[in-house]
Amino acid sequence: MEEDLFKALADPTRRRILDGLVERDGQTLFEICARLATDHGLGLTRQAVSQHLAVLEAADLVRTRREGRYKFHDLNTEPLEHVVTRWLRPTPPGSTP
Amino acid sequence: MAQADTTGEHTMRIHLTSVFVDDQAKAERFYTDVLGFVKKHDIPLGTARWLTVVSPENPDGTELLLEPGDHPAVGPYKDALVADGIPAAAFAVDDANAEFKRLTDLGVRFTQEPLEMDTVITAVLDDTCGNLIQLQQLR
Repeated sequence: MEEDLFKALADPTRRRILDGLVERDGQTLFEICARLATDHGLGLTRQAVSQHLAVLEAADLVRTRREGRYKFHDLNTEPLEHVVTRWLRPTPPGSTP
Repeated sequence: MAQADTTGEHTMRIHLTSVFVDDQAKAERFYTDVLGFVKKHDIPLGTARWLTVVSPENPDGTELLLEPGDHPAVGPYKDALVADGIPAAAFAVDDANAEFKRLTDLGVRFTQEPLEMDTVITAVLDDTCGNLIQLQQLR
């Protein structure tokens, strides 16, 4: 799981997909592709974007939601919270938070 | 390959384009009552109709054929496009945000809310007949 997470974050395109989902959650594959192409000039094929999404899903950073005939992608930041707290200095006892 | 003649004498025009619809009667209502196109042709054709709509702004302009989608390949094709959010056609609007509001109030479902992209604002809606339609506002 942890390996999946770091692997997912290591790629700039995947980080840009996450940036886009921060702006608006619940995007279709079409919108994700359109944002990559126009915001970043990345002319990726739909298949390539699908593969990036599969890596993000494996790391649980993106969750796919089927709603009737549509499929939306949502951002899930939970795995990131675990990563951040892991190296944060624990609060010393007696100190005010 | 030889270059096409673009001097005017042999140019082609896009006169008709089509979307496959699940139900022509339902499509006629949606494309006229909701989207605001006007009916141009309605000709009985066997069990179906030659049913086209045009923009009220340009009645002699490009016609959209609301074509019966009963061929067995159409269903899987449309389902795959809709699942990935890919529009079957795109229409120009003056104000994408205003159209989004107007149509949402009428109960239209959007799979993509208005999104500013360089020189265009786009949005994607469900035509209730098995297709996604993109609205484009050129800036």
